[in-house]
Amino acid sequence: MNCEATLTEMRYEAPETLDAAIGLIGAETGVAKVFAGGTDVLVQMHLDQIEPDLIVDVKNIAEMREVVEQDGSWRFGAAVTGKELMDNPEFNVAWPGVMDGVRLIGSVQVRGRATVGGNLCNASPAADSVPPMIAADAIASVVGPNGRREVPMAEIITGPRKTSLADGEIVVSFNLPKRPPNSGDAYLRFTPRTEMDIAVVGCGVNLTLDSDGTCTAARVALGAVADRPLLVEDAANALIGTKVDDDALEQLAVAASAACNPIDDKRGTIEYRTEVAGVLAQRATTKALERAKS
Amino acid sequence: MGRAPSPFATKIPYEEKDLKVIGSNPTARGDAVDKVTGRARYASDIKLPGQLMGRVLRSPHARANIISIDVSEAEALPGVKAVVCRDDFPDMEVEHAASGELMVNFRDVTRNMMARENVLYDGHPVAAVAAISDAIAKRALKLIKVEYEVLPHVIDVRDAMRPDAPVLHEDQFTKGVDPKPEKPSNIAARMESKLGDIEKGFEEAEIIIEREYNTKPVHQGYIEPQASIANYTEGGIAEVWTGTQGHFVFRAQIAKLLKMDLSKVKVIPTELGGGFGGKNNVYLEPLAVVLSKKSNRPVKMVMDRDEVFRATGPTSGTNVRVKMGCTKEGRITAAQAELNYQSGAYAGSSLPLATITVFTRYDLENVSVVGHDVTTNRPKVAAYRAPGAPMVAFGVETVVDEMARECGMDPIDFRLKNAAKEGTQTHFGPKLGPVGYIQTLERAKAHPHLQEKLGPDQGRGVASGFWFTLGAETSATVNIGEDGTATLIFGTVDVTGGSRSAFGMIVAEELGIPFEKVRTMSGDTSALGFNFMTAGSRGTAAGSMAAVTASRKAIARMCEIAARKWEVEPDQVVWEDGRARPAGANVGDFEPMTVAELAKEAAWFGGSIAGHAEINVAQGGPGFGTHVVDVEVDRRTGGVKILRYTLIQDAGKAVYPEFIEGQFQGGAVQGIGTALNEEYIYNDKGVLENPGFLDYRVPVASDVPFINTEIVEVPNPDHPYGIRGIGEVPIIPPLPAIANAIHDAVGIRLRDHPMSPPKVLKALKDKMVEDLASRGTAAE
Repeated sequence: MNCEATLTEMRYEAPETLDAAIGLIGAETGVAKVFAGGTDVLVQMHLDQIEPDLIVDVKNIAEMREVVEQDGSWRFGAAVTGKELMDNPEFNVAWPGVMDGVRLIGSVQVRGRATVGGNLCNASPAADSVPPMIAADAIASVVGPNGRREVPMAEIITGPRKTSLADGEIVVSFNLPKRPPNSGDAYLRFTPRTEMDIAVVGCGVNLTLDSDGTCTAARVALGAVADRPLLVEDAANALIGTKVDDDALEQLAVAASAACNPIDDKRGTIEYRTEVAGVLAQRATTKALERAKS
Repeated sequence: MGRAPSPFATKIPYEEKDLKVIGSNPTARGDAVDKVTGRARYASDIKLPGQLMGRVLRSPHARANIISIDVSEAEALPGVKAVVCRDDFPDMEVEHAASGELMVNFRDVTRNMMARENVLYDGHPVAAVAAISDAIAKRALKLIKVEYEVLPHVIDVRDAMRPDAPVLHEDQFTKGVDPKPEKPSNIAARMESKLGDIEKGFEEAEIIIEREYNTKPVHQGYIEPQASIANYTEGGIAEVWTGTQGHFVFRAQIAKLLKMDLSKVKVIPTELGGGFGGKNNVYLEPLAVVLSKKSNRPVKMVMDRDEVFRATGPTSGTNVRVKMGCTKEGRITAAQAELNYQSGAYAGSSLPLATITVFTRYDLENVSVVGHDVTTNRPKVAAYRAPGAPMVAFGVETVVDEMARECGMDPIDFRLKNAAKEGTQTHFGPKLGPVGYIQTLERAKAHPHLQEKLGPDQGRGVASGFWFTLGAETSATVNIGEDGTATLIFGTVDVTGGSRSAFGMIVAEELGIPFEKVRTMSGDTSALGFNFMTAGSRGTAAGSMAAVTASRKAIARMCEIAARKWEVEPDQVVWEDGRARPAGANVGDFEPMTVAELAKEAAWFGGSIAGHAEINVAQGGPGFGTHVVDVEVDRRTGGVKILRYTLIQDAGKAVYPEFIEGQFQGGAVQGIGTALNEEYIYNDKGVLENPGFLDYRVPVASDVPFINTEIVEVPNPDHPYGIRGIGEVPIIPPLPAIANAIHDAVGIRLRDHPMSPPKVLKALKDKMVEDLASRGTAAE
């Protein structure tokens, strides 16, 4: 009923091409909102946090709905739902850590609608799919009135509800690089509830081992411990060149906690988040390590 | 509550007999199909021709005087049909009445539904609008200009009790203190409950433990937000469809608040999407009636979830001090408690109930309880399943656990040694009749759960709970159709979704017809005599007494029909196995008549068949339960996982066992949520920060294990089938049981609720520091 009354005063468009979508958004003088799963947009409308004049549903745009593998690298559309990714066995084998994050978004019902693109563009520092995508070194393909640009995942969110996207730009798809052998990734979050919750701390780890088990490459990303998801190079450096032993894990925890710059809020305290970030970094690394070895 | 037992109240002695229907699990649960197919009609599903949508403007301040309210711009907005504020409602004198387990004062009720002189919490209603659409109503709210004088506020119960605290009510002088205090304060009332000689009790004690506990307010967590639709007609009649636990009490309150005759207000209870005590109070109903009167149109009002959290009553936040003493052999000699209960913006928390039941699980000689009812700048508290009990059990049951350990006794054995039983003098008044507490402890001890091995950082906790069950006014009608089927019209709202089936089973048992031949339906306020609220676990316990009484009157009528047909006296006819039969061979050789046969001939023999009950039920049978829980504590994050849970409770007689198990499990899950994560979080401005289920964390299904249940059956002697109330006991033990289990797992005693991960982690670190320090001392 809320919805009905609000929607009658608002335009809804579902273009089939990127050009059309960019054109619609560019021509709108009021507030335009890109709409994929709607699991954030509709909630924010119900709560009167946003009052869009134009909704541009991007689910009819082919590039935004595809999941494609080519020579070991993957590209998936920003409007692909969590459930669709979960139902893709090859992608789950390739990027289990990214899927750890996707699987934690909302609930079964929410994942049937929610998308990684939406999770990113909603720009919550606690978005669950973002740290593992940063750890995976994913590149977002962004299209706007001035054409296309490729942006590292970590550079999209710049603060709570803020992104580096220019006016009229849309995140269209994500590219994940081909993985070397003996690689593994993992994402863990801490929440008081097991589901339907927002990360108090989240940590994504992606690492590669050489044949004798020494870590040759690593990326560690943290969520919900700063105004944006963080790529923590010091934490990765604590792992690189080691066998990921207890000493390395200890250094990793120290580096992860040191990178935190959280706030006290209803979901957690500074002290708690800082400490648990180190714990989760260790646990996510252990899980990624198991996957790299298996 | 608060009323003397009436000598005219109804008791029907327990009748031991073979049962055909009661105790079985019918597959055709009365409410299930409509609920799962979406056909069940909740208040927000009701639509009337020409209806308007109503919305409430709420205070953004925790405390402020209202200088002025200007509604002129809102009234001028096209589509707005009525705007109301304080000027549209008559002021009320101080007058107390029971509303569920808690008492209300009409002077406060009218102020709580629509602020008058001041606002006293974030979300306090200030004005209401009815418009042709919800969007226009919302827009109109933004056009209402309210000038506030913001005042200092107080949220926490201990802060509110300090002498320098901002005082909410200048006319509030602590009741129950002699002489009357010279200055007003936030302490609305002081109460006591005493038994024996507490000083002597502590002198006899060899072990004395005293602890302090703090709990946050928690929400009932009903899924359906408050919703009402009112239609005020030119004839001065108001009809109100609403989600309520007691439509007769709501009728009385609406009539009182709007100065109408009871006979001119009709309240129709709609299907209820959860109550747990939270639907015991009027919020929207009087506003909708007055908006309807002013606009001449039906007005529907539905709260958003954030309004539910900000402006309807949760349970009290509390500060509790418990001091208990026992001998080394584990006999409790003294039990003392101080209870400070936050009541919200207006006086009247669950304190009276808590004060008198703090220690009723134990057979005690010396008890002393003092309680304070304290006003704070939060919504007025409401009942929540065993109102006031879980918080105080948190204290008592963990102190009992500490005492058991000090004595070197198993916590169940310790409880067995002190358990309340038939003849135990309670500190709330009566001696207990036959009760099943000891049986719950013995069954817990024998349960396979106790054989499960615990791993590292895992622990086991035990706790028990007690709740008494209300009786009160209850009415019902049984109508026998011409085809011999029966319809029960009941007036105690089916809050749980199970009592209507239980009633049907009881009517079937009484009449001797199959359960499928009995339809049960809720009657509105015009259909039956007054029914008190479904509160205090009384729904099935008291409602079934009316169902039995009405059934027996219908049976008497059927015997009369048979007697007239057979031309014998009515007392020469008996009712057996669903048939009227001659009382003996000397009466005559008549073929027994079934309900259907009697119904067919009823008209000729005087008119159709019905039975009515308008009774005041004496009591619903006190209940006891014991819970055992296993937890695992994550030492590095402070997360607590519930591994195993077993609940054993006395139900008197389980009418519908599967449903009782469901009730038990629901109570345990609510208790688990309370224990681990649920709390209202206010910021320094007194504004609620988590008014929704995202950040107010009730458990989700994956947070809890399967809850094992066992039903003990010690019959209630004042009920023909032995039924006891069962709804409230299951929520009492989880909080202390989990606290005890956490201690068993990792050695920390948590006394600040909720036992959320940051608190657990901090307690673990504090303990590590302490342990290191004591080891250091030992080394020196």
